[in-house]
Amino acid sequence: MENAQSIERAKKIEKALLPILMVAGLFTIFVTIGIIFILSRETWQFFKMVPVLDFLFGVKWEPLMEPKSFGVLPLISGTLLISVGAGLLAIPAGIMIGIFLTEYAPSNIRRIVKPILEILAGIPTIVYGFFALTFVTPFLKTFMPDIEVFNALSGAIVVGIMILPMVASLVDDALLAIPQGLKHGAYALGATPSEVVLGVVIPACFGRIMAAFILAISRAIGETMAVTLAAGSNPQLTFNPLHSIQTMTSYIVQVALGDTPAGGVEYLTSYAVAFLLFCMTFSLNWIGHRIMQKGSK
Amino acid sequence: MKARKRREIIFQLLCACITIVGIILLFVLLYHVVLEGWKFLTPHFFTDFQSRFPVKSGMKAGIYGSLWMISITAITAIPLGIASAIFLEEYAPKNGFWKMVELNISNLAGVPSIVYGLLGLSLFVRALGFGQSVLSGALTMALLVLPVIIVSARESIRAVPLSLREAAFALGAAKYQVLFGQILPVAIPGILTGIILALGRAFGEAAPLIIVGALSYVSFVPENVNSEFTVMPIQIYNWSGRPQEEFHQLAATGIIVLLLILLSLNLAAIILRDHYQKRFRL
Repeated sequence: MENAQSIERAKKIEKALLPILMVAGLFTIFVTIGIIFILSRETWQFFKMVPVLDFLFGVKWEPLMEPKSFGVLPLISGTLLISVGAGLLAIPAGIMIGIFLTEYAPSNIRRIVKPILEILAGIPTIVYGFFALTFVTPFLKTFMPDIEVFNALSGAIVVGIMILPMVASLVDDALLAIPQGLKHGAYALGATPSEVVLGVVIPACFGRIMAAFILAISRAIGETMAVTLAAGSNPQLTFNPLHSIQTMTSYIVQVALGDTPAGGVEYLTSYAVAFLLFCMTFSLNWIGHRIMQKGSK
Repeated sequence: MKARKRREIIFQLLCACITIVGIILLFVLLYHVVLEGWKFLTPHFFTDFQSRFPVKSGMKAGIYGSLWMISITAITAIPLGIASAIFLEEYAPKNGFWKMVELNISNLAGVPSIVYGLLGLSLFVRALGFGQSVLSGALTMALLVLPVIIVSARESIRAVPLSLREAAFALGAAKYQVLFGQILPVAIPGILTGIILALGRAFGEAAPLIIVGALSYVSFVPENVNSEFTVMPIQIYNWSGRPQEEFHQLAATGIIVLLLILLSLNLAAIILRDHYQKRFRL
């Protein structure tokens, strides 16, 4: 009798619990929908005032002064300058560190290096911004006298340092996931370790390494505080890394720090820029994670 | 043969050198910050508000603001994250829809933090009318760290040995009893590790809070959830952006405090992880 009662009670609790857990499980979908809804609603408002083509292909970004001009290309070129520069630094170095950790480092060195990389990854981006402004730029100035106080180069360098641990650990994971038989086969044929890594292991996990690059570049594109401090707020269409530029993210910060009234066109620009930023990073992440999922099968 | 051997050695040295350079960079960064910032690391720094004069400036507002924000973020994000992880790991059917939900979580983890800031501005500050308060900031931050918490909680739940669960079911326990009586108690240390790391990330974030409307010059501490506020990284940003050398040193002092907090959080996570692994070996 008592047993039947407790079974009844268990069933009731189970029934009450399930919907709560399910809402929690679905919550992240609501977040994504919320982001897309809010960004596209405000961007729609923005495009009622500014033609889409003027926005996407205009070469002058001066939304905060008269006469206003809303060409987003300078912000995109600034963002690309930083993220491509960071990638050029972090991707080769990250692969090397990944190879060192999986193929060469004895396990006790691995145990030291891995936590150090984790610490590097955990340092807040504002700290990297400070480092760029007060250390990297003055250091660069000693042999590049015409570098500006705010410049894309030091921004790219610190963002590169920032994404380095991410690249290294993703490459590390990819290399570890390779079947040992593949490597042993190559060794049995008399290949040296570097030949095995470069000739067999890396081609075998090429997809996952590509995914690592894509995720790292996406992270660099979305990076905010470090580039705001390091690269300045001077939107211009240039590919000279010694100049001051503005990225999409640092423009949004600039608007937020100024006193722009809600509903005005300046206020809407930050949503339009954020929408573009969201589309870029979301599609890159999507591709990256798809490759990752396929690779792990 | 000799040429191949030489190539092997060069490649090996190159890999090792780059790794060493990476490690050296970390120490250069820390050394630079400590060198710049030790001067202002006095009790005043913790008890004074911002000032026009660097010597009189402190981080009281930022420290209190950060603590307020983290507490509210933790209260909201932790239960939600764990519940979500439980559902996805234990209840969700393995079909296309829930696969998409999973992919969506990994994608959300990669959405730039500043985009969350705009979501928070539209949703919490304006639509729900919370204003530019510590509540708006904390809820925005909760959305930001949620994917991180879910992913790590799922991994910890998945790591619980199957035998534990089967033994409980064999004794006639209901699913929720297995969950709360067996699985969660074993998974909790791992879940906590993930939570600590996620909250550490929230501690260091400035961008979304700037968007939500945290102030950069504050000379009061929050009194309730509707108070205006600032956080430590925003104060650091503000000081770094000024031209005077002394404010840079002040920023460095702030960074020392911030990094010490993050380091102790990380240490706690490592200790928990070790404890967890030991328990499993028994």
